[in-house]
Amino acid sequence: MIGALILRDLRRGFTGAAWLPIAFFLLVATLVPFAVGPDPRLLGRIGAGVLWIAALTAALLPIERLIEPDRADGVLDQLLLHGVADESVAAAKIAAHWLTFGPLLFVAAFPAAALLDIGRATLARVLLSIWIGTPGLAALAVAVAALTSGLPRAGSMAGLLLLPLALPLLIFAAAFCGDGGNQAMALEAAISILLLAGSPFVAAAAIRAART
Amino acid sequence: MSALLRFEDVALQRGGRLLFEELSFELGAGERLQVVGRNGSGKSSLLRLAAGLLRAGRGRVERSPLALADDAPALDRELPLGQALQFWNRAPEQAMDALGLGHLALVPVRLLSSGQLKRATLARVAASNAPLWLLDEPLNALDVDGAKRLGSLVERHLETGGAVLAASHQKLGGDWRKIELEA
Repeated sequence: MIGALILRDLRRGFTGAAWLPIAFFLLVATLVPFAVGPDPRLLGRIGAGVLWIAALTAALLPIERLIEPDRADGVLDQLLLHGVADESVAAAKIAAHWLTFGPLLFVAAFPAAALLDIGRATLARVLLSIWIGTPGLAALAVAVAALTSGLPRAGSMAGLLLLPLALPLLIFAAAFCGDGGNQAMALEAAISILLLAGSPFVAAAAIRAART
Repeated sequence: MSALLRFEDVALQRGGRLLFEELSFELGAGERLQVVGRNGSGKSSLLRLAAGLLRAGRGRVERSPLALADDAPALDRELPLGQALQFWNRAPEQAMDALGLGHLALVPVRLLSSGQLKRATLARVAASNAPLWLLDEPLNALDVDGAKRLGSLVERHLETGGAVLAASHQKLGGDWRKIELEA
């Protein structure tokens, strides 16, 4: 059932709007040279941080379709009746969400890096930081989606909730891309793992609370 | 013969309101039970409690494997009906035919009418191998033909050792034991 659920979410993601966050990510990356000017030195210095800010804001876009449609449609209830624990549902959703988000963002980082004049060495670190950070970001997105599911104005609430919680990830990812070195990478990985480990339980608790 | 569903001295509160208390009943194989009561008396909540989606404030609920049909179809809207049902059960064809949905297998769920959606929801329950069926307002949106098909499905399910708990303020076909909720 878990495998079927992941496949179903992947199908829904890719036939739906998986490209939307990526287009948004590229758009933000395009805007920056217009806002701060085309000076390559400046762009090279701020580029990696800008990419991560773009990634965080892009991560907000799919939140409303992660949990709410399945809650409203009774799919979460039926999964529980079929013996799938809410924690497993959340874990499956995290896996599926990352698969529709992480790899695409990884690919989109190449053109974005070109737009921002990011050098080869920095680009390698940016790509590594995306591999390390996006699983945690996907997990956080699912947890926030579950927490805000069913609320009025859930989209804006989700933004207010996700961005502050993603701050530690942003700090160490950007530090690693800059000059933070391997310690920053280790801390980014630690935070990503923490989010991955904790989010299924937070999301499941939120799903259960929504049933009462 | 052991009961498929047993309520022992169950009380349920929702939103600070006591819906019922000291509710006890058993539902064995081959039995059907209808929960009746006015709008808002807690019929659907009783079914969700029986399903394990709500927790009893007091008392004990024992249940065997079950399938629930409420007003949420839980079928992917963009998929053809046959495929959407297959997510829950490998072989839904027989149940689809029993409810007169065979010719709709390739139609996307989002294009179905509310009566067809209700039939699809019931087909999801009928295709499950669960011995206990929980049906919340099964007649809503069903036409005469749909109600008749549901009636014969229920009969067949009871004959094969199943049990049905339905919540409805309407008269269901056949001979139903009743519990009334007053609130």
